[in-house]
Amino acid sequence: MAVTRMFGASVKRREDARMMTGRAHYTDDVRRNHTVHMSVVRSPYAHANITNIDSSEAAQMPGVVGVFTGADLVDDVAPVPCAWLLPDCNLKVPEYRAIAVDKARFVGDPVAVVIAEDRYQAEDAADAVKVSYEPLDVVTNQEAAVKDGAPQLYDDVPNNLAFQWKLSGGNFEEANQSADIRISQRFVNQRLIPNAMETRGVLADYNPGSGSLEVWLTSQNPHIHRLLLSAVTGIPEMNIRVDSTDVGGGFGSKIPLYGGEMIACGIAKKLGKPVKWMESRRENYVTTAHGRDHIDYVDLAATSDGKITGIRVEAYANHGAYLSTAAPGVPTWLFGTMLSGPYKIPNIECTMNGVLTNTTTTDAYRGAGRPEATYLLERMMDLLAKETGLDPVEVRRRNFIQPDEFPYTVATTLQYDSGNYDAALDQALEMVGYEELRKKQEDLRSQGRYLGIGFSTYVEVCGLAPSSAAGMMGFQGGLWESATVRVHPSGKATVLTGASPHGQGEETTFAQLVSHETGIPFHDIEIVHGDTDRIPFGWGTYGSRSTAVGGSAIVYASRNIVEKAKRFAAHMLESSPEDIDFNDGVFSVKGSPERSKTIQDVALAAHLAWDLPEGEKPGLEDSYFFDPTNFTFPFGTHICVVEVDAETGTTEVQKYVAVDDLGNVINPMIVDGQVHGGIAQGLAQALYEYAAYDEGGQLLTGSMMDYCVPKFEHIPHMDVGRTVTTTPVNPMGLKGAGETGTIASTPAVVNAIIDALSPLGIKHMDMPFTPQRVWEAIQERKGS
Amino acid sequence: MKHEITVTVNGTKHTSEVDSRMLLVHYIRDVLNLTGTHVGCDTSQCGACTILFNGKAVKCCTMLAAQADGAEIMTIEGLAKNGDLHPIQEGFWEEHGLQCGFCTPGMIMASYDLLQRIPNPDEQQIRHNLEGNLCRCTGYQNIVKSVQFASKKMSGAPGDD
Amino acid sequence: MYPAEFDYHRPESVSDAIKLLQENPEAKLLAGGHSLLPVMKLRLAQPSALVDISRISDLKGVREDGDTIVIGAMTTYSELMGSDVIKQKLPCLIDAADNVGDVQVRNMGTIGGACAHCDPASDFPAILLALESEIKSVGPNGERTQSSSEFFMDMFTPKLEPDEVVTEIRIPNVSNIAKATYIKFAHPASGYAIVGIGAVRTNDGNVQLSVTGSVPIAARLSAVESEISGKDLSDDNIKAAAEKATEGLDFVGDIHASDEYRAHLTKVYARRALESLK
Repeated sequence: MAVTRMFGASVKRREDARMMTGRAHYTDDVRRNHTVHMSVVRSPYAHANITNIDSSEAAQMPGVVGVFTGADLVDDVAPVPCAWLLPDCNLKVPEYRAIAVDKARFVGDPVAVVIAEDRYQAEDAADAVKVSYEPLDVVTNQEAAVKDGAPQLYDDVPNNLAFQWKLSGGNFEEANQSADIRISQRFVNQRLIPNAMETRGVLADYNPGSGSLEVWLTSQNPHIHRLLLSAVTGIPEMNIRVDSTDVGGGFGSKIPLYGGEMIACGIAKKLGKPVKWMESRRENYVTTAHGRDHIDYVDLAATSDGKITGIRVEAYANHGAYLSTAAPGVPTWLFGTMLSGPYKIPNIECTMNGVLTNTTTTDAYRGAGRPEATYLLERMMDLLAKETGLDPVEVRRRNFIQPDEFPYTVATTLQYDSGNYDAALDQALEMVGYEELRKKQEDLRSQGRYLGIGFSTYVEVCGLAPSSAAGMMGFQGGLWESATVRVHPSGKATVLTGASPHGQGEETTFAQLVSHETGIPFHDIEIVHGDTDRIPFGWGTYGSRSTAVGGSAIVYASRNIVEKAKRFAAHMLESSPEDIDFNDGVFSVKGSPERSKTIQDVALAAHLAWDLPEGEKPGLEDSYFFDPTNFTFPFGTHICVVEVDAETGTTEVQKYVAVDDLGNVINPMIVDGQVHGGIAQGLAQALYEYAAYDEGGQLLTGSMMDYCVPKFEHIPHMDVGRTVTTTPVNPMGLKGAGETGTIASTPAVVNAIIDALSPLGIKHMDMPFTPQRVWEAIQERKGS
Repeated sequence: MKHEITVTVNGTKHTSEVDSRMLLVHYIRDVLNLTGTHVGCDTSQCGACTILFNGKAVKCCTMLAAQADGAEIMTIEGLAKNGDLHPIQEGFWEEHGLQCGFCTPGMIMASYDLLQRIPNPDEQQIRHNLEGNLCRCTGYQNIVKSVQFASKKMSGAPGDD
Repeated sequence: MYPAEFDYHRPESVSDAIKLLQENPEAKLLAGGHSLLPVMKLRLAQPSALVDISRISDLKGVREDGDTIVIGAMTTYSELMGSDVIKQKLPCLIDAADNVGDVQVRNMGTIGGACAHCDPASDFPAILLALESEIKSVGPNGERTQSSSEFFMDMFTPKLEPDEVVTEIRIPNVSNIAKATYIKFAHPASGYAIVGIGAVRTNDGNVQLSVTGSVPIAARLSAVESEISGKDLSDDNIKAAAEKATEGLDFVGDIHASDEYRAHLTKVYARRALESLK
C-alpha cells in the first residue's frame, strides 16, 4: 500500500485534545444524579471458611443504603464466567462467585459490599462489617500446589490442577536422543501487576421503567462485557448499554469481567439507583488480574554446529484462586504455539499445567503468553551460543527461517505469513555498533568492569484471530471485527468500530485509513468506539488486533463506499463505472478530468435520491465484518547494552536499540510510541517488577511504594528503527504493534546482564535483576 | 467537623463547606466537578492528581480540602487560555507525549512547575524533576521530548519536530 | 483512599497548637502531611484530630544566628532549596533535599515534619546528624534544644512529648564546615533510602558521618569517624575507614533489601561519601 498524505504520516492524535485539557471522561468522571457508592469488604485471609458475617452495626451507620453478602446476591448475580474453555485437557472451571460464599480463596476476595450515599460513608460502614473466619492452610506457589498433600482450594479440582494442556509437533524424544548438544534450564517468569494508571471501576445505572441498564466501564472489550453482563444479571443484551470510550490504559487487565463490576450492576438493578465503584490502587493490586507467573522447565536439543533440532517445555502456570475470563488460553495457545520463535525447530513439545493457588487471579498482561515463550527461547539461544562457542548473533542466524521460505509452517502448526529476520538483525547491529561494542567490552573486562550486550530476535503473533481458530482453541467468541462507514449528506463521515482503543490512538489511525481510502478529509471523519449503543458488535482491543483486524474491516467498508459512490458518479457524469477514475476523493471520467464529481457531491446525491442509478438504493453507508484468514507475525531484533556495577549489583542500561518489522505503518509517531511503552514494560520485568507473596498469601508488594512501576529515571533512551516486510493477511499489509516491545525487550535485557556477568561463570539467573540479587550472585561466584 | 473554605480555582473564587476529612482531590473532582485531576493511587506515588497550589505542584490526593482555605489553585482545566493551548499542552500533542491520557493532566502540571523553576532543562533534569509522575504507556521518552518542545517554545525559539 | 473521621484545627500560634494537643490526646500535628495523610487514607492511622501548624509564620524560613543557621520547622524542602543562605553556606542540604521524595513531596514536606516523624528511611536525619545539628522544641513547660543524636531516639520515636512541637532545626559552627554531602541508594519504588550517608569534613580535620535507611534509626558511624579523623583522605585511608562502617550497628532487612546487603551497601556508600569529601 502506497504511502499517501494520510497512510504513513505522523498525524497528531485527535484524542489528545480532550485528554490534555482535562475534558476526557474516564469512568470515574461520569456523573449521575443520586449515585450511591460501593465499598467492598475483603478477606484478609488467603484461604478461610467464612463462618459468620454480622452487618447489623454497618447497616445502621449514616448514609448506608444497604449491606450485601455473597449469599444475599446468589439469585441476582450468576458466577463470574470463564470464556476460554480449552478442549481436550480435562479443564475444570471451579465456581467463581463475585462475592465469596462460605469460603474465601485469596487475600482480597470480596466477602460483602456496602452501599452508601458517599464513598467515605461506605468505607466507614465497610470497616464496621464483622466477619468471622476459620483460617485454612494456604498455598501460593504452583509447583507446591500440585503436590500431593497440598492445601486444596476446591473439592472437585484434585491437586489444584485446572488443566493439563499439551501440544506437540514432530518428535522431540527422537531429536533429543540423536542430539550432539542437550541443554536444560528452569526459568521462573515472575508474576507482574499490570498497573494501568486508571484503576478498574464501574458506574451502573438501571432504569426500572424501561428495564434497561447503562454501564460506564473500564473495559477493553465493551461488547464482550455487555454479553457477559447480560448473562450474569439476566438483563437482555439489547437492554444493556456499555460505554468505555475513555479508558486509562488496560494492558490486558481490562479484558476480563470481574466480580466488582457484576455486583455493582446487580445492585443497581436491585436498588433502582446508579451505583458507582472505583477500585483504590490497593484494591487494584489484589483484585485486578496479574500477569505471567510461569515456571518453565526447558530442554533443548541441537547439533554441534548450533542448529536446534528440538525443544521441550514442561511448565506450570499460576492462575490464582479462580479462572479469570481469558486465563486458560494465555499460558497455552498464546504460549505453546510460539515456541518456535523465528527459528526452524522441527520437533516441539509443550505441556502446560494450569494451577489454582491462594493468590490473585492471573490473565492476559501485555503480550500474554508470548513474552513467556520468547523469554525462554531467547535465553536458550544464548545458552546454546555459550555451549557451542558461537557468537549469539551467529547462532541465531543459523536457525532463522529464511525470507524465501514463507509462508512457513512451524512445528506448532502456525503458518508464519512473511519475514526477513536477518534484515532486522543487520539493521540493529549497525545501529548499536556491534563490533565496536565487543571491543569495548573486552577493554572494560580487562579493567574488571562488566559490560554486557544482549539480543532478542523475536517473532510474535498478532492480529487475533481467524474465528475458526478461536473456536478450535476453545475461546468462547469470534475474533472478527466490525466497521460501519457512514457518509452523511454533507460528505462528512462517521465510522463505527468494534475495536476499543484505550491509549492506542485509533481515533487518529482509523480516520487516516478512511481518509486514505475515500479522500474524505481527515477532519471530516469521526471515529466512534467503545459505546455499544452506537456501534455494531465487535470484539475489542487486545492481542495487537485493533488495526490489523478492525482496520481491515474499515478498509473494506470504505472500499465498498467508494465502489457505490463510483456508480453514482458515473450516473451523474453520464458515463459508466468502468470509465471512472477515482483519486483522492474525486471521481472523473477517464480522459476528461474536467468532468468530475467529488465524493461529497455524490454523498448528497445519494441521500437526496432524486435521481438514482438503476438498481441502486439511497444512502452511502457500509458495514463490514472482517474475519482474518490468518494471524500476522511481526518480528525484529532488540539489542540492550548494560553495565553492571559489581560493587552494588546495580544495572545501568547504556543503550537500547529496537528494530521492529511491523509491516506497513499507518502512523509512525503512534507506532514508535507503542514500541517505547512496550519496551519500558518488558525492561521493567527484567529489572524492577515482581509480585511477592508471603507464606500466608499476603501480597508483600501491595502498593506503589513496594512494587516498582518504573519511573522516568528507570527507563533509558530508546533508539527505534524499522524494516518493512508486508503481510498478505490484510489489505493494509500491516502486522500490529501493541505488544512487540514488551515481548522482545525482557530477554534482551536479561541476556545483556548475563553476558556482562559471564566472566564470573554465571550462565543464568532468574528475574528480576534487582541489585541485591545480582550482588549476591556475584558474591557467590567470587567466593567459590 | 465542617469548615468553610474559600479557594480560588482557575481564577474563580469558590466558598464551600467541607468535612475535615475531605481530601482536596475529592473537593476538586466531586464538589467543583473539575474531573481532569485524576486519582491513580493511594500512596502519593503516581502524581495523576498533581495541581498547582499557590503556584507549586502538589499531589492533591495527599492534602485536605481544609488545608486549601485561602489558596490559589490551578488545575489542568485552567491551563489553556481562551481556547489557546498552553505550550506544554502543545508539546505533549506535537511529540506524542500521551497515550491513554490518564496521567497526562498531572504530568502537564508537574512540567509546568519544572519549567517555572528551570526554563531550559536538559534531559536528566526533566527526568529527575518529573519522577513524581508515573506513566505506564509511553516509556517516558516522548514526554521528555514534549517538555523540551515546550521549553523551546516558551523561551521564544521555534519548536522543532 | 478515604480517611476515617477526625477534626481539623488550624491554630494561629505554637502555643495554641500546644493547647489543642493537650485538649486532644489522640490528636496529631499536621505539617506537610505527606507521611501522615497516606497512612490515614489507608486507615492505618486514625487520629481524633489534626492540628495544622504548616502556616504558622514563626515556624517558617531560614535565618542566620551568628555562626548557626536556623531552619524553621515548617520550612518546606523546596523553600530550603530556594534559600540563598543555604545555597551559599550549606549546599549539602540541597543535595539532601533533592533526594527527598519528588518535586510535589518537596513542595509540601517540611524539615520539622520529617524530624518529628523519625522515619528510619528518611533522608534528613542522616545529614542533620552529620552536621551535628540541634532540634528545638516547645511544650507546655517551655522550650528545649536537643542534639540531633539525642532527638532521633528510635524508629518513628523522636525524643518529643505528645504535646511538644518542633520549632527549629539549628546547624551550628557553619563556618567550620569544609565540605559536606549526602548520597543515597534509593528504593526504586518508594524512593526512600535503602542506605543514605551524610558526610561532613570540618576545617579542623574532623570527619562526621551518619547513616539512614539501613539501620533502625539514623545513626553516626563513629567507628569510621575515629578511623579517618585527622588523617589524609587518601584512597587507602578511606578504604580502611569505610570497612568499619558496620561496626556497632544493627541492620534492618525486608523483601527489598536484606540486612546483609544493606550492611554491605553501608560500607560502599560510606566509602563513596568519604571520597566526595576530598
